[in-house]
Amino acid sequence: MLINWFRFASPVSFYPIAGRWSFAFGALAAVLAGAGLVVGLWIAPTDATQGDAYRIIFIHVPTAWMAMFIYLVMAAWSALALGFNTRLSAMMAQALAPTGALMAGLALWTGAFWGRPTWGTYWAWDARMTSTLILLFLYLGVIALRSAIEEPRRADRACAVLALVGAVNVPIIYFSVQWWNTLHQGSSISLTAAPKMAMTMLAGILIMTAAAWCYTIAIVLSRVQAIIVERERGAGWLESLIEWRAGSEH
Amino acid sequence: MAVNDVLEARALAARRGFATLFVDVAFSLQSGEALVVTGPNGSGKTTLLRIVAGLTAPASGEVRWRGEPTRPFDPRLRDVVALNGHWPALKDELTAEENLDAWTALTGQRAARDAIAVALDDVALSRQRRLPVRVLSQGQRRRIGLARLALAKRTLWILDEPLTALDNEAAGMLGDLLDVHLARGGVCVAASHQPLPIGAARTQTLALSS
Amino acid sequence: MSDSALHAIGWALARDIRVALRSKGELGVQLLFYVIVVSLFPLATSPSRELLATLGPGVLWTTALLASLLSLSRLFASDFHDGTLEQIALSPRPLAALVSGKMAAHWLTTGLPVVVMAPLLGAQYALDVPVLATLTLSLLLGTPILSLLGAVGAALTLGARGGGSLLALLVLPLYAPVLIFGAGAVDAVRSGLSAAPHLSLLGAGLLLALVAVPFAVAAAVRIALD
Repeated sequence: MLINWFRFASPVSFYPIAGRWSFAFGALAAVLAGAGLVVGLWIAPTDATQGDAYRIIFIHVPTAWMAMFIYLVMAAWSALALGFNTRLSAMMAQALAPTGALMAGLALWTGAFWGRPTWGTYWAWDARMTSTLILLFLYLGVIALRSAIEEPRRADRACAVLALVGAVNVPIIYFSVQWWNTLHQGSSISLTAAPKMAMTMLAGILIMTAAAWCYTIAIVLSRVQAIIVERERGAGWLESLIEWRAGSEH
Repeated sequence: MAVNDVLEARALAARRGFATLFVDVAFSLQSGEALVVTGPNGSGKTTLLRIVAGLTAPASGEVRWRGEPTRPFDPRLRDVVALNGHWPALKDELTAEENLDAWTALTGQRAARDAIAVALDDVALSRQRRLPVRVLSQGQRRRIGLARLALAKRTLWILDEPLTALDNEAAGMLGDLLDVHLARGGVCVAASHQPLPIGAARTQTLALSS
Repeated sequence: MSDSALHAIGWALARDIRVALRSKGELGVQLLFYVIVVSLFPLATSPSRELLATLGPGVLWTTALLASLLSLSRLFASDFHDGTLEQIALSPRPLAALVSGKMAAHWLTTGLPVVVMAPLLGAQYALDVPVLATLTLSLLLGTPILSLLGAVGAALTLGARGGGSLLALLVLPLYAPVLIFGAGAVDAVRSGLSAAPHLSLLGAGLLLALVAVPFAVAAAVRIALD
């Protein structure tokens, strides 16, 4: 199968595709999230020890996973942007950062609300919570660097370098925090999920994760569209596209 | 392209932020020729110079050195370029002599003490050579920049407003330096509001508009 | 490593150290910051020897992070603003080697004084000799990593708005593993365990940073000049 992938690397040809895919993935995300919540909130059984409080894991676990994945995806796009100097890859990386930060924030927030009934405290210096907190800081760093550099091309490349340095560090951070946590086991509570997980619980988590993926793809594509509009204003093709749209609607 | 073109720019365009600075800028220089770039403030003179020096990538187009296209920070350009930019690139804490010594060491052709002394003498700074640059005037700093050009032995000179803060005497020194440089077969690209103090025969002019 | 690279490292190192020695004031201020901040913690908590010995490793290490951060914003900024960085990037020497020299100079003028000072300050925290020795060793291995990682942030924030605090936001999360292993080593010795695993990991981190960071910094410097 021969596809000219570089055709998609140009903002001009990507703009309309992004619009269509964004809509499709958005719809899919809504359906999956609905299904996942039904499984999670009604079908999955009440946990023997934690009662119904555990049900927050249907949000918590997928967002925590996504926070991690999105950073790696962002670093991969950054590597492409630096290696091939493609504008679109940098735009993808830029569009991913806020969603990654959102996922990390949600994971921390839901973690706190899970911790309260389960361990009696909103925040414990648990290894996963701590490394997610550092991950959130890494996202905020990328976003802050982006907004501190005027020139878009420079911002693209600077953020790409930062994302790559961060990506090399993420496993080291996870490992070091894990190590730190096991050494201080006495003073903290481990947040490992229940050893036996009912099939329906697992299914709920997986469906919700799929929904989070679809949501991420949808929102990122639509954010890329906004970035394209912002950056390419003044370039002829955008105006003609908008005029053509306006003409066809009337 | 003529066979002996040393430096050539083809269809250069530059953007800053969302604004287009210039499009379709082209020139070609042969050995011993200088290009003077003129234009109002904000027309992209410095950006053009930085593109030619290999500090910035153009939005489109290319710069060729001896017929070969160059990339930003191209090693071939870095071997030949001497840039006198907006800022004199001097360390306030070091003396004029130490600054020049450091620069020639950086370019890989460390100049002898005497050569540095001669170069400083040529720009009438021998008395100030042991003073920290901090206490020198703007014009004196620019003169150290001239001494650096004389010492650096580079083929491609890129000068951003070389006459700024120079008095008549120093402007004459710049003219002499350029004469020697061009006579040796060097090339020069300068952004300047005033004509360079060299013979018009070897000078091309490129006007950027805003 | 090629001859040219070694020359380039030596050039940048010698030049930056010379410039730093000519502006002694700044060196003193950065070390004084370390001393003062470390001395404030007992005032904010209690002079109890037991508590201080518990807090000590963490305080001495966290403050080392902050002291390193304090001087980082100047690492490239003065060269950037006076045009020197352009000249360095345009020189025929390998840029990764030139920035390595600058980072080495940064560590020698800001990291090393902290390492030397730490055992004296550690004595204020009722830490005994083996603990102080581990503290010094861990700082000796760890502070170069701080200079290296910090240099990436310093180069990336050149010409960006909000310099200092932005730099802190970028760099401090990256410092987390160094802090964990560094303070952890001291803690291990304090509770009668071996510090070897911590110190080996710090050493491995230092090697990794030494190999990879110069290229990241060179890329960041070129981006900043673009």
